[in-house]
Amino acid sequence: MAEYNIRVNGKNQTVDVDPSTPVLWVLRDHLDLVGTKFGCGIAQCGACTIHIDGVAMRSCITPISAIGDQKITTIEGLSQNADHAIQKAWLAHDVPQCGYCQAGQIMSASALLDENPTPSDDEIDAAMNGNICRCGTYTRIKKAIKTAANS
Amino acid sequence: MTKIKTQFKRRSFLKISAASGGGMLIGFSWLNGCAPAEDPGVAVPNEWFDINGYIKIGDTGMVTIYSPNPEIGQNVMTSMPMIVAEELDVPWENVVVEQAPLNTGFYQNQFAGGSLSIRLSWNALRMAGATGRRMLMEAAAKEWGLTVDQLTASDGMIKEINGDRVIGYGEVAGKAVGIEVPEEVDLKEIKDFKLIGSSKKNVEGKKIVTGKPLFGLDHKSDEMLVAMIEHPPAFGMKVKSFNEEEIKGMPGVTDAFIVDAALEEPARFDVNAFPQLIAIVGKTTWPLMQAKNALRAEWEEVGVLESSDIHAERIAQAFKTGEISESRRDGDADAAFEKATTVIERAYSSPFMAHNCMEPMNFYANVTEDSAEMIGPTQTPEALEASVAQLLSLPLENVTVNMTRIGGGFGRRLYPHFGVEAAAISRKVGGPIKLMYTREDDMTQGTYRPIYESRYKAGLDEDNNLIAFSVRGAGLPDGPVFPNRFPAGAIANYTAEKIKGDTNLSTGAWRAPRSHFTAGAEQSFLDEVAELAGKDPIEFRLELFDRAKNSPVGKKYDYDADRYAGVLELVKEKSNWGESKEGVYRGVAAYFCHSTYVAEVFDMVLENGEPKVQKVWCAVDCGIVINRDAAKNMIEGGVVDGIGHGMYSELTFENGASNQKNFDNYQLIRHSQAPKEIEVFFVENEIAPTGLGEPGLPPAVGALANALYKATGQRYYHSPFATADQGQKKMMG
Ligand code: FES
Ligand code: FES
Repeated sequence: MAEYNIRVNGKNQTVDVDPSTPVLWVLRDHLDLVGTKFGCGIAQCGACTIHIDGVAMRSCITPISAIGDQKITTIEGLSQNADHAIQKAWLAHDVPQCGYCQAGQIMSASALLDENPTPSDDEIDAAMNGNICRCGTYTRIKKAIKTAANS
Repeated sequence: MTKIKTQFKRRSFLKISAASGGGMLIGFSWLNGCAPAEDPGVAVPNEWFDINGYIKIGDTGMVTIYSPNPEIGQNVMTSMPMIVAEELDVPWENVVVEQAPLNTGFYQNQFAGGSLSIRLSWNALRMAGATGRRMLMEAAAKEWGLTVDQLTASDGMIKEINGDRVIGYGEVAGKAVGIEVPEEVDLKEIKDFKLIGSSKKNVEGKKIVTGKPLFGLDHKSDEMLVAMIEHPPAFGMKVKSFNEEEIKGMPGVTDAFIVDAALEEPARFDVNAFPQLIAIVGKTTWPLMQAKNALRAEWEEVGVLESSDIHAERIAQAFKTGEISESRRDGDADAAFEKATTVIERAYSSPFMAHNCMEPMNFYANVTEDSAEMIGPTQTPEALEASVAQLLSLPLENVTVNMTRIGGGFGRRLYPHFGVEAAAISRKVGGPIKLMYTREDDMTQGTYRPIYESRYKAGLDEDNNLIAFSVRGAGLPDGPVFPNRFPAGAIANYTAEKIKGDTNLSTGAWRAPRSHFTAGAEQSFLDEVAELAGKDPIEFRLELFDRAKNSPVGKKYDYDADRYAGVLELVKEKSNWGESKEGVYRGVAAYFCHSTYVAEVFDMVLENGEPKVQKVWCAVDCGIVINRDAAKNMIEGGVVDGIGHGMYSELTFENGASNQKNFDNYQLIRHSQAPKEIEVFFVENEIAPTGLGEPGLPPAVGALANALYKATGQRYYHSPFATADQGQKKMMG
């Protein structure tokens, strides 16, 4: 076990966990931030996507020991009141079905737009291909990303 | 107006005190637990009045509508309350939705399966709303010394027809205490619907996009421990022992043991290949995952360790000697094949598949001496309640089941074994636990979509009329044939046989059970037959529907030929069928299942030589559409699911275990493989609504195969189309 001071959604947090503990479980079990989801545990589905210093990362394979002083943003910290352009576009297109994958989709999409404010279809596919939606909301997700890009 | 008899156990309007309000809290913390339809248009009430268990009216005019059925992404948490709100006639922004707990004494059909939620509850939901409206009107009439027919009620307000008096539902609710439930109520005319047929946003949308705790895996309680399991590594194996002491000594592990969740009298949904499991318990998840990796267990072989080769042999054997569980015979197909000028015979197959709900199986259980509290994602809360009661030898009423939002169902969560396992572990631990599966536990646990093969044969006469048709379908364990569905009734000489096979893999219902395979096989076979007959595939099908309608063959068949033809006509018009575009290859299919008719046209293009579905047109007849945009979303999801599983997904087996254990080698459709655009059109009619969770999927597999043929010149018979050998050798087996 070891103590880690991390910065999550603008707040300093201290956790005492095994160094190998993936950030996903630190968030879910220790910090009560359960918006970040577990889907596969092997970086194949994207449900656990968070931002580490603004870059979309899979928290299920990122050990807490690798964080250092990098800033973590989770779905809970993306905006104050669902008013990030991506969240607004998601609501406008009523994207979710079951909703389970959507936090991860939103985190991947918002990181994409930060880096590339007007992505092409192919660029959207490339950035989003790691995020599975078992319910099949891909067509709406693409539309929502374009709406957010144009806003 | 339609009059409808009311059926409620509770006979009068009640005031509910905060304490007895079904466990609800007052004010904003309560509102957090619910889902406001929109940003609330009225204040949070101080007092609530219960009408009939579906509706609670607050003194400010806010209305709580309980959503009785499990929410698996089919959006019933929005559409079911819309039906109640329509008949109650209340502004949607005054509505707050709350998930109802399992209450078999009050609600009926609290399950999510068979695309049945809306279909089975349509009348009950309308009645609940109409009863509430009527009782509030009676209260206003009494208050003003008038009769109900001197009043109107709409948009949450009651007005005097020949006067100026107006009162809001919230205000009059307090005066309605004691008013009896009427014997009979009036339902609205369909043409007067305001909410039904419009598009309302998912009531939990905002919570979903902000990551609020909604799902079973998100549930926590004080003192709760986390539990994980390890099941045998293969079907046909059983746990004997494991390195218990070593595991118990690992950091973060509080307990480890073998748990038995077997039921003496398993009911229909108690499918479970592995009732004995190794359970590991601790405070947090990661140490348990590490402990799972450190497990060294002894397993004992108790059955055949099946492989994909064995499955192929079993299917071949089923065609020779398997039990025929259902059949239909019109005319004499064998004799007609003899007479036919052209005969075509094709085999279609599809492998075992997993459901792969995004949220892995999990359940919370808190078992005490004389009670069990269950919270989590289940499509069948009633079955879970009964199975847990049986396991623990408790009376049914001592088991409570609360439903969380569910991260995907697809049929997987009809089978409550993971809830039963949670109860067994909680009993052993003596406190609350949340059981969670890893993805590997989930994908290797079974409850799979069965493996299928169907063999179709058609005979044409010299004028290219379809004079004979036969289909024989086998599966492990169940065949995929629906003997009385299309084209039964449309062909003079017709046989259909559904054949059983045998496997020790556990299998279960998978979104549009059997239909998803049969639609693909039958619709691509008919495409090939139409081509052989030199006919346009849509015209060819329309001729068959015409025959089924005007000169039906044999006993009653299971479809409405007009509605079937209707969706084909609509998709033909919307897609401009017949028009050709450079580089665009088109396929069409139509299918009827779960009481809904869907036809789809796929436009396929070649991108760097790879076939890709670019655009899809869907025509749907599900009767009255409740929530239009959400209904479209369901069909879109079905289309994507059909393409994904048709193209990419399969489980193969060696030594009793699947080779695929996680998404690194079990392929699910991804963003780049999904169509860019899906347009959905509804047939407008006034027929009672049917479901949409499943019917969008089956025709997609057929339209996909037919478009692939146009794009590549090759017919696709065996899924997954992207990788399976498309030869016809299987047919000879
Ligand atoms: S849970 Fe991390 S990618 Fe699937
Ligand atoms: S909405 Fe269900 S997995 Fe994406």
